[in-house]
Amino acid sequence: MRNIWTICRRELYSYFVSPIAWVLLAIFAVVSGFFVYIISAGFVRASLEGQMSGQSFPMNLNEQVIAPLFSNIAVLGLFLIPLISMRLFAEEKRQGTIELLITSPVHDSQIVIGKWLSAVLMYSALLVVMVADCSFLFVYGNPDWRPVATGFLGILLQGASLLALGTFISTLTRNQIIAGAIGFALALVLWILNWWTSFANFAIQWPESWINPVELFSFVMSVLGLVLNYLSIANHMDSFSRGVIDTKDLIYYLSMIFIGLFLTNRSIGWLRWRS
Amino acid sequence: MIQVESLSKKYARHVAVDNISFSVEKGDIVGFLGPNGAGKTTTMRVLTCFMPPTAGKAVVAGFDVFEQPFEVKKRIGYLPETPPLYPEMNVEDYLTFIARLKNVPSGEIKTRTAEAMERCAIADVKSKLISKLSRGYRQRVGLAQAIIHNPDVLILDEPTSGLDPKQITETRDLIKGLSGAHTIILSTHILPEVEAVCRKVIIINRGRLVATDSVEHLKHRGVGNTIQVQVDTAGNADAQAVRQTLEQVPGVSKVLEKALSEGRMIFELESPPDSNPRADVARAIVHAGWSLLELKSPTLSLEEVYLQLTGANAETATGIVDGGVR
Repeated sequence: MRNIWTICRRELYSYFVSPIAWVLLAIFAVVSGFFVYIISAGFVRASLEGQMSGQSFPMNLNEQVIAPLFSNIAVLGLFLIPLISMRLFAEEKRQGTIELLITSPVHDSQIVIGKWLSAVLMYSALLVVMVADCSFLFVYGNPDWRPVATGFLGILLQGASLLALGTFISTLTRNQIIAGAIGFALALVLWILNWWTSFANFAIQWPESWINPVELFSFVMSVLGLVLNYLSIANHMDSFSRGVIDTKDLIYYLSMIFIGLFLTNRSIGWLRWRS
Repeated sequence: MIQVESLSKKYARHVAVDNISFSVEKGDIVGFLGPNGAGKTTTMRVLTCFMPPTAGKAVVAGFDVFEQPFEVKKRIGYLPETPPLYPEMNVEDYLTFIARLKNVPSGEIKTRTAEAMERCAIADVKSKLISKLSRGYRQRVGLAQAIIHNPDVLILDEPTSGLDPKQITETRDLIKGLSGAHTIILSTHILPEVEAVCRKVIIINRGRLVATDSVEHLKHRGVGNTIQVQVDTAGNADAQAVRQTLEQVPGVSKVLEKALSEGRMIFELESPPDSNPRADVARAIVHAGWSLLELKSPTLSLEEVYLQLTGANAETATGIVDGGVR
């Protein structure tokens, strides 16, 4: 535990002593502030229009401001997360400091978890800016706090899983830019996987006869659609931003984190066998 | 302190270390010598548990590097060829991090850090960023990093490479100062460094062990048990007579004429390894009424020994092994 914290602390030191952390915070503050403004301005206009036309639409801050805000922030995370994770191991490999870590009395898994944890904390620092954004909604409105809390949990879990995968990618190269580019591509692919299922109707189409190639094809496609839909990272945020913690989604994120960290650990082991 | 038994390390394409064995006693400073690409760094990386050996065994500070790497890592300090520094940290923060990483108890971190900075003479730059330090200072920070947890064994990979002459002398003195408390292996291809710092030398070439001996022994090696004498007969005797006299001295097996000039002759005498005919030779010359101007056993410089051992002959010998593996 102490070793994990030692590694994690040094990483945080590097984030905050170099411009990375501050640049990311600035980008996040500007873009998330823009989201908050646009979405709440739209909300205000809609409610004004409702009053003026005399019709009363049911207005809900949670559904009409906070939920879309979280899904936009989740997309923003897609761009920022590779920037956080790309340096973790690539930089150590380039500087040769990986040799120091591996020859120190710490386990590989402690190095991996410590580094990932620092990236998660860095990402959480960005979300603190979001807390400031959301607090305005509480000052001027009266939203339910529970979906906000689960929304933060969802965003954090999604970030943590993408960071775990990004950490793994960072072990594969000594070039930060390459690690960042591959990390971004992977995040994007995970994001758009469910576009495939735009055609599918979320039900397995059992064929009436197993020989009919057309029916067989649509069966295979429907199964594939369901699988890809589950694998896609996009859908798993929705329930969280609606205030629901679904075990299905929780398991998805936790297994993504596990897979990412496991692969990182193996990659470090592999590195020492062949380097 | 360190035992290496028939250690090999193969990469996908070539054999980096081929069946080498040596041992290092506690408190020794050993020079690990070889041309570039000889397998020095690979051997050191195996000893520091950076990578496991393909075959063979290495025991450091009583623990096997493959079976109990964690115990080994606690007891070694390692300075890789490029010092493992984080340029964005300042020296003191960096060393504090290293102390934590090497499991120095929390209460001792401050004193150990100060001590390491004191010993490596970097206390004056402790609040400077590492990226702003000169090459020599970086090397010293690297050394401080290696000794901070007071390890039994220090492994230094080319600790003086890239330094200017003044820095080289300082680093050597620093390393010499560290011996005694630590067992030190340092790799280098600079020969005077070995003569200046080390008591023992391990020479490898193309992954194979060529020699392991003390510096003194190595210098005599390849010369055999040879004595060189310079005699002045003042014109009383010719070379033939001197030669016959010398040949009759017990313990001298062969006499070679090296240089003959007017009245002054140099001979090289060979003798069996366990005999020491020097006193008898001197007596015989004086007895014959000549003057003994010089009597010495010639030594090769370490440079010559090194070139001999890693030279053409060694290359053809290992070439066969390489071919066999491919």
